[in-house]
Amino acid sequence: MKNQNTNYNQEYKYGFTTDIENIKAPKGLSEKTIKFISEIKKEPKWMLDWRLKAFNRLKVSKEPDWQKPKFPKIDYQALYYYSAPKSMKDKPKSLDEVDPKLIETYNKLGIPLNEQKKLSGVAVDAVFDSVSVATTFKDELTKKGIIFCPISEAIQKHPDLVKKYLGSVIPISDHYFATLNSAVFTDGSFVYIPPNTRCPMELSTYFRINASETGQFERTLIIADKGSYVSYLEGCTAPMRDENQLHAANVELIALDDAEIKYSTVQNWYPGDKNGVGGIYNFVTKRGACRGKNSKISWTQVETGSAITWKYPSCILQGDNSIGEFYSIAITNNHQKADTGTKMIHLGKNTKSKIISKGISAGKADNTYRGLVDIGRNASNSRNYTQCDSLLMGNKCGAHTVPYIKNKNSSSTVEHEATTSKINEDQLFYCNQRGLNQEEAVSLIVNGFCKEVLQQLPMEFAVEAQKLVGISLEGSVG
Amino acid sequence: MLEIKNLNASINDKKILKGLNISIKPGELHAIMGPNGSGKSTLANVLSGKEGYKISGELKYQGESLDEISIDERAQKGIFLAFQYPTEIPGVNTSNFLRTSLNKVRKAQGKKELDALSFLKIMKEKSNELGMDEKMLSRQLNVGFSGGEKKKNEILQMKILDPNLVILDETDSGLDIDALKIVADGVNSSRNKEKSFLVITHYQRLLNFIKPDFVHVLADGKIVKSGTKELAMELEKTGYKGIN
Repeated sequence: MKNQNTNYNQEYKYGFTTDIENIKAPKGLSEKTIKFISEIKKEPKWMLDWRLKAFNRLKVSKEPDWQKPKFPKIDYQALYYYSAPKSMKDKPKSLDEVDPKLIETYNKLGIPLNEQKKLSGVAVDAVFDSVSVATTFKDELTKKGIIFCPISEAIQKHPDLVKKYLGSVIPISDHYFATLNSAVFTDGSFVYIPPNTRCPMELSTYFRINASETGQFERTLIIADKGSYVSYLEGCTAPMRDENQLHAANVELIALDDAEIKYSTVQNWYPGDKNGVGGIYNFVTKRGACRGKNSKISWTQVETGSAITWKYPSCILQGDNSIGEFYSIAITNNHQKADTGTKMIHLGKNTKSKIISKGISAGKADNTYRGLVDIGRNASNSRNYTQCDSLLMGNKCGAHTVPYIKNKNSSSTVEHEATTSKINEDQLFYCNQRGLNQEEAVSLIVNGFCKEVLQQLPMEFAVEAQKLVGISLEGSVG
Repeated sequence: MLEIKNLNASINDKKILKGLNISIKPGELHAIMGPNGSGKSTLANVLSGKEGYKISGELKYQGESLDEISIDERAQKGIFLAFQYPTEIPGVNTSNFLRTSLNKVRKAQGKKELDALSFLKIMKEKSNELGMDEKMLSRQLNVGFSGGEKKKNEILQMKILDPNLVILDETDSGLDIDALKIVADGVNSSRNKEKSFLVITHYQRLLNFIKPDFVHVLADGKIVKSGTKELAMELEKTGYKGIN
């Protein structure tokens, strides 16, 4: 804990660890580990079978290697796949029973779990290492028929919904990390919005990796039934550690007829130190299916943390007239690397997609936008608009744009615009001359550059995200 | 207010200012005229603290050496530069920028920061004084502004920040007569016993509207002639070649 005070005003203020007793699964990846996880979560047999099926698939699958950021081989047998605070063994029934140390941890992170001190109008599910520790506002949501709970609870209480939708967007055979997640996922959030219901508040999950040598494999499943609407936000942090920690989450979204899901991420995992030691490998699979007609899924991400960010939140536009959106800010500083973007798969008629990507690279970092727009044979009158802007700070960083465009329908159009620029000396001078120091000037200019994306965030988080943008780039100029 | 003695400045080993001397007292307005390449903009940049120049000589502001003082600190101490080419900053709202700027300056001077509402009041008042369209202030900073709008925006910022030393770097270039009048009115209404102005210009035209106390001719990096406003008239007739 000796770092605690010195870290406070530095670049990563969430780097502290919580001293708490853990229960861990046996080290390494094996059938035994999977059975341990399934058992401790009191899962029904069908769930264990599903996991084992994924595990068998994993044995014959290989890690993908086409990405730009390379990383040393991960020793999957050296990891713990389950770690939970000991006090969670007999799950607390209310917030009053939650270990005060955990509550304190979340307070330190600015996430009050106490409902009296709640973030106004935001229901929070807090996931600590491998388990959900608390979900706020449950009662209020239940009255509207909305289910917002840890996925481990949904497996027990809402098996029909879980069976029907889990793996329906990201099949267990999808790719190595998605398959790994399917075998060993521990917790995450489950959301179901009943027909014609507008969720009255923002739903939010806050992920925290605490234990060392532990991977975090959460699984989130959100179903918006016909004519419903939900806005969901996830945030994440981790302590500063010299080792690289693996985070391989799967997020599946399903929007039925006329439903809309807005999913926002503010990702601030520990990025490693200035020399590139430590940091999270953020290898996440996020995919949404606009299954019904007139449905809409909108992804917004602010990616500032992690040593390597490797993710493509995607939309499968199956329903006619469905809409997919992707708004992204990816900031890489020091030795951070990001290879991120989206996939927009147009299957239905009159489907629309929009991609706005802002990549900012500083220090020795490397930032790649990679995106696929695929318009199928039957997706007549469909449109895509893509805009990718990259901003470089200094002369040791890199920015790359890799668009893949497939249009198999002659009545559909795809537009792609891309720009790359360096942070402008004249802009900095102008801001300095008006009394702003170098860091304030950078923050202002970069926030302006990102504005179209920041505007998409829910109000409560937009301010937080703006600050984060500034903090992530501290010391990158001058 | 400002004391410049034997100022030399070079960039990439190219000497631009070569032993320049000027002294400006509180309440005075000095005009510096000179042909292209004489070092006018370099002088403005050096005074505001822009990096990249190799400097020697003495630069004193309110009796204090500016040697170790950064651009933003100079701004906070009341040095204001109206830019020749105000830069565009996409995505940044003009009035938000102005408020951030004003609050930085106020904070440095030990004054209370202004909330959005009280700032808006001041901004409206000042922009009305200048006959400016308020709508301009909700647009992105200088983005898509006409040349005239950019310069008016500079004058508005000068009015709001209320600096002690104002440097106008060819603020008149590219302005039509109406915009020129607005700029001149903005300057004239700000003149008082405490404030000093350094008006850098290429043409005598501006000085029909802003009456300088002193006029200096800058050529090849130094002041070659100083006088009162008659000197400007003379220049108009003879051109810069007639001096020396």
